[in-house]
Amino acid sequence: MQKPVDYEKIEKAAKNRKRILDIVIYAFLTLWAIVVLFPFYWMILTSVKSYGAYNSEYIPKFFTLSPTLQNYADAFTSVPLTRYLLNTLVFAVATTAIMLFVIILAAFAFARLDFKGKNLVFTLFLALMMIPNELVIITNFVTITNLDMRNTFWGLILPSVTSVFYIYLLKENFAQIPDQLYYAAKVDGTSDLRYLLKVMIPICKPTIVTIVILKVIECWNSYVWPRLITDDEAYFLVSNGIQEIRENGFGRENIPAMMAAVVVISVPLVVLFLIFRKKIMEGVSRGGTKG
Amino acid sequence: MEKRNLKGWLYLLPAILFLGVFMVYPLIDVFIYSFEEGYNSASQTFFGVGAYNYSYVLHDPYFLQAIKNTFILVVITVPVSTGLALLISVGLNSIKPLRDLYQTVYFLPYVTNTLAVGLVFMILFKKTAYSDGLVNMLINLFGGTSVDFIDGPYWAKMFVLCFYTVWVVLPFKILILTSALASVNEDYYKAAKVDGTSRLRIFTRITVPMISPTLFYLIITGFIGAFKAYSDAVALFGTDLNAAEMNTIVGYIYDMLYGNSGGYPSYASAAAIILFAIVLTITCINLLVSKKHVHYS
Amino acid sequence: MKVVLENLTKKFPSRNKREKADVIAVNNFTFEIPDGKLIGLLGPSGCGKSTMLNLLCGLLTPTSGKIFFGEDDVTNLPPENRGVGLVFQNYALYPHLTVKQNITFPLENLKGAAKLSKEVMAQKALEAAKLVQIDGLMDRKPSELSGGQQQRVAIARALVKMPRILLLDEPLSNLDARLRLQTREEIRRIQRETGITTIFVTHDQEEAMSISDMIVVMKDGILQQIGKPQEVYDEPVNMFVATFLGTPPINVFDAEVKDGKLYIGKEAVLEVKGVADREVYAAIRPEGFILKEDGVFGCDLNEVEVMGRDISVVSKHKNSRNTEIRSIISSDTKIELNSSVVRFDIKPHKVFIFDKETEERIYFDVNEGDL
Repeated sequence: MQKPVDYEKIEKAAKNRKRILDIVIYAFLTLWAIVVLFPFYWMILTSVKSYGAYNSEYIPKFFTLSPTLQNYADAFTSVPLTRYLLNTLVFAVATTAIMLFVIILAAFAFARLDFKGKNLVFTLFLALMMIPNELVIITNFVTITNLDMRNTFWGLILPSVTSVFYIYLLKENFAQIPDQLYYAAKVDGTSDLRYLLKVMIPICKPTIVTIVILKVIECWNSYVWPRLITDDEAYFLVSNGIQEIRENGFGRENIPAMMAAVVVISVPLVVLFLIFRKKIMEGVSRGGTKG
Repeated sequence: MEKRNLKGWLYLLPAILFLGVFMVYPLIDVFIYSFEEGYNSASQTFFGVGAYNYSYVLHDPYFLQAIKNTFILVVITVPVSTGLALLISVGLNSIKPLRDLYQTVYFLPYVTNTLAVGLVFMILFKKTAYSDGLVNMLINLFGGTSVDFIDGPYWAKMFVLCFYTVWVVLPFKILILTSALASVNEDYYKAAKVDGTSRLRIFTRITVPMISPTLFYLIITGFIGAFKAYSDAVALFGTDLNAAEMNTIVGYIYDMLYGNSGGYPSYASAAAIILFAIVLTITCINLLVSKKHVHYS
Repeated sequence: MKVVLENLTKKFPSRNKREKADVIAVNNFTFEIPDGKLIGLLGPSGCGKSTMLNLLCGLLTPTSGKIFFGEDDVTNLPPENRGVGLVFQNYALYPHLTVKQNITFPLENLKGAAKLSKEVMAQKALEAAKLVQIDGLMDRKPSELSGGQQQRVAIARALVKMPRILLLDEPLSNLDARLRLQTREEIRRIQRETGITTIFVTHDQEEAMSISDMIVVMKDGILQQIGKPQEVYDEPVNMFVATFLGTPPINVFDAEVKDGKLYIGKEAVLEVKGVADREVYAAIRPEGFILKEDGVFGCDLNEVEVMGRDISVVSKHKNSRNTEIRSIISSDTKIELNSSVVRFDIKPHKVFIFDKETEERIYFDVNEGDL
């Protein structure tokens, strides 16, 4: 009876292999989780260290025993952080709202209405999707300058209120609504606009929410265009604000106050993310790009 | 019929208006700019038409530096981030407890402001008179000597830039890959297991081919995204990237347009078109390669 | 290879968090499957068939109990060391590989001394393909095959390593009716030719009855009955087995045993010697009715369906637990049905009575003289 022993060995080996593999996987995942989380930890930690304490640490400490909120007070008083936040909020809300208006109308026209030249225009729209922003931003900069709209909200907002990709996304979604609904509404004497507002938009709400979320994230993080178009602090968004703080704020060495500002700027989106986690991750995997 | 036509166009009007002014017109204009020699943005006049702008840009040491930096960045970060994302996603897919938690954590960088978190990376890596910074402390711990990653040698700076770029782009890739992996039918893995397929072979012969369309999509968008790198570099090294030797092609375009060295939309346009040509070429090569290796079901 | 299960049990933690109780998918199974047979594992959906299959192939490990292949205890052995072949319900063919590559795939996994040369692999793959008659399709991709062909490829892939046990999960459920008949004969043939002990899972009793050497009936994770198809059909041990097997289904009545006689309503339909007086369920197979003008059992006639070979009489009775009573009568019988009542005599060996509480079979002595 050689065999039973043999099998036991195989069983044990398989079990051990599985356990080792599990340990390796968890170790690896945890390691990367630390790499991801550490900058966040460090930024919060640094933001509650006092200026004196931070600068006296030649070897940085991983914790602090005397946390202070002074840096946050500094961040809000010595640079116009509130203004940056408000500007960004206005920018994000206005851009998203106008964009929704534009893309919903366009998507509706493509999905529901019949008119001459529709297919041609749609093809042209799709072709525009391939045009990188870098190629058109130069002229836009000149245009906005010539229109005297530098350092205005309109100058910030207008170039980014259309997105061919979102029109496409929404049009595809609209097109999935069965035609019968439309004909039924027509028979009842519903106007096109009313049908759009009362039927199509409610049905496609998930897609619209996705688009809103993606656009808000994009707005909150946008840096390049605002940097080109604003040099007046009164119109800085958070990204430009943080760059300004880095180069001219607080004096270069007040790192804790700088980190306090970074925390304040990061918190809104992180909170938004934690609340709408499922929705955001689903939305990004459907229509997001970055990197 | 007339009325219906009109209505359709009316709904499209806002979109066409905005796209016309901010996309189509600039698209044509950028080519015109790029061939107008000696354009003066103050007087809006130019001397002549020709390829001088391209020649200027291609001979500008700053531009060459930017091209070099961008290519290095692309060559390092695209494979590293895609590979790492694949490993992490496969790991995530093979565990049950804590999976949600890990997934949430990994996604965090996506929703953070690149500029803001870049500052944190800067202080982690920076060596100042007061402190060598945390990373250097770790290096010292393992017996190395301190390096200034922010104002120091070229490769140290490039390392931080690549590291930060990978950190920033990973969430998107992990998210996409985990959902691709989750959509592979469990039965394939069971079948392979019953046949005694080793884990490595399951990975290379089943998992990778099954998600190859997604993987390939990530590689293409990864290339395009990496070629457009800019704000990561600004976040780490400040706005004067030329001085830091860390400029990228996109950075060069903006510097030509605006800022201390700005006011040259013609040079910027030429550089933008060169960038576009590079990205287009690489994407075409990618598409050709994919035809051979990607399995579309 | 003989397969022996000893007190095999598999529990899953409850999905409902409030309920702490585990779900018992397989409950204390003990039986032995003889070598070289075709076995049908039969039960309604959710009865634990698939869990059973996964336990046999090693994708799951049991909570308790043992599994033996021949003399080897394989209870906790990983699948690759068991020597099983598994055919999935949806076939699970790798879509990016050709038929040939799919069939060769398991062979390429062999390592060390078992490693095969390319020629041997190709040879074995071809043999397996020939066995299932798809050797002409070797360079196609699965998406270019019909459902039946995919099924064959999946079987070939499972057989190419010459497994000790072949397992099939609902092998016919994804095929249309015509292919189903053809394929089940095919499975029968392949099993005969290879002589590999084959276990297939199905919820379709007809499928199981028609080709199995032996069927295993299970319900809610509990083994109900095991035996040759005809034996199980003729002698069901409980009401579930009786109702689960047979088309049209068996007719069940609320009935009573009094003074050694079985009463349905007021009529005594059968002598049941040796059964104490009690309320019971009486179940009568459709073929257990004999049409007779002065029969012992009267029902309200609904309609008569002529189906060529047989006649199906559809009727009603207030004690019936089915919505209608179906009885199959040979078409030789001359029927004149102009009254609204139809009367039958009952064949005793087609009647089973069950305890009302436990639904277990109550046996009685059949007096053949009654026929």
